[in-house]
Amino acid sequence: MGLEAKLKQEGFFATKLDAIIAWSRKNSVWPMPMGISCCAIEMMAVGDPKYDIARFGSEVMRFTPRQCDLMIVAGTVTYKMSHVVKKIYDQMPDPKWVIAMGACTSSGGMYRSYSVVQGIDQFLPVDIYLAGCPPRPDNLLNALIQIQEKIGRTKASDFQNKPLPELNVIQNN
Amino acid sequence: MNFKEIIPQKLKENFPELDIEVSDFRNDLTLKFDKKFIHDVSFFLKEDEELQFNFCEDVTAIDWAVRKNRFTVVYHIFSMKHNFRLRLKCDVDESDSTIDTVSSVWKTANWLERETYDMYGVKFNNHPDLRRMYMPEEFEYHPLRKDFPLMGIPGSLSLPGK
Repeated sequence: MGLEAKLKQEGFFATKLDAIIAWSRKNSVWPMPMGISCCAIEMMAVGDPKYDIARFGSEVMRFTPRQCDLMIVAGTVTYKMSHVVKKIYDQMPDPKWVIAMGACTSSGGMYRSYSVVQGIDQFLPVDIYLAGCPPRPDNLLNALIQIQEKIGRTKASDFQNKPLPELNVIQNN
Repeated sequence: MNFKEIIPQKLKENFPELDIEVSDFRNDLTLKFDKKFIHDVSFFLKEDEELQFNFCEDVTAIDWAVRKNRFTVVYHIFSMKHNFRLRLKCDVDESDSTIDTVSSVWKTANWLERETYDMYGVKFNNHPDLRRMYMPEEFEYHPLRKDFPLMGIPGSLSLPGK
């Protein structure tokens, strides 16, 4: 590896702050597993030794939104569930990204019916739409790599002065 | 025991006013009668020593859309002792879409009747907790009715703001 060799010679190296922040950010994306239905099974497979999401620094699936950067919405989102998904998304700290995993989350999929939201982009800003029903685990890894590329292009100044979102309290539950 | 003869016969002995329409399709016995008897007949079928229909498998309804008695409420009950399944049917008209609850007979019927109320809008008299089962409580329609559009009614279900 070039980095160790460089450190052995000089003991230090110079880089841009934006570059090092984006580099560390993109290699430690902590996902929020929003596993709502069958896509969640493929999402679990991504964590196992065969596909091993740990190779990309994302093995820390946090079950609290407060420690996550990436929401993987894996499954059919009904209108009733959409308020919960949005509430969890709002609790994630900025900066944050969203993968719409599978046909149901991207477009309603085969559930063309009154109860299913026809695409979560109606209430969430989606970064990657992931095709498949359900997508194969390697497809989800591909989505993660694309998210990493997107994060790698960001600058620290992109995330400044963002107003805090108002949390919507769900009245009915 | 030949239940297909015993059950209608027993019911006729115990409920002289009861008018039962018996049908036996593909080895499934179905009894159709007036809705005002549903609670008493259910109670009898469950508590009778010989029959013991102790399990209510399903409560649902059929929407016939244009028929005079628009809905048919269907009960599937099962006798674990005799491994025998029985179907009860009661017609319910749209002008008075109510029927007595059987949740006092079988506790399972509580949620099954809530589901039927949610999906078809048939109200169950004396039900202890007749709230919607699946749809949000402020939802105004009944999705499994034939006149409900497949994609729902725009704006009837709320989405969170972007």
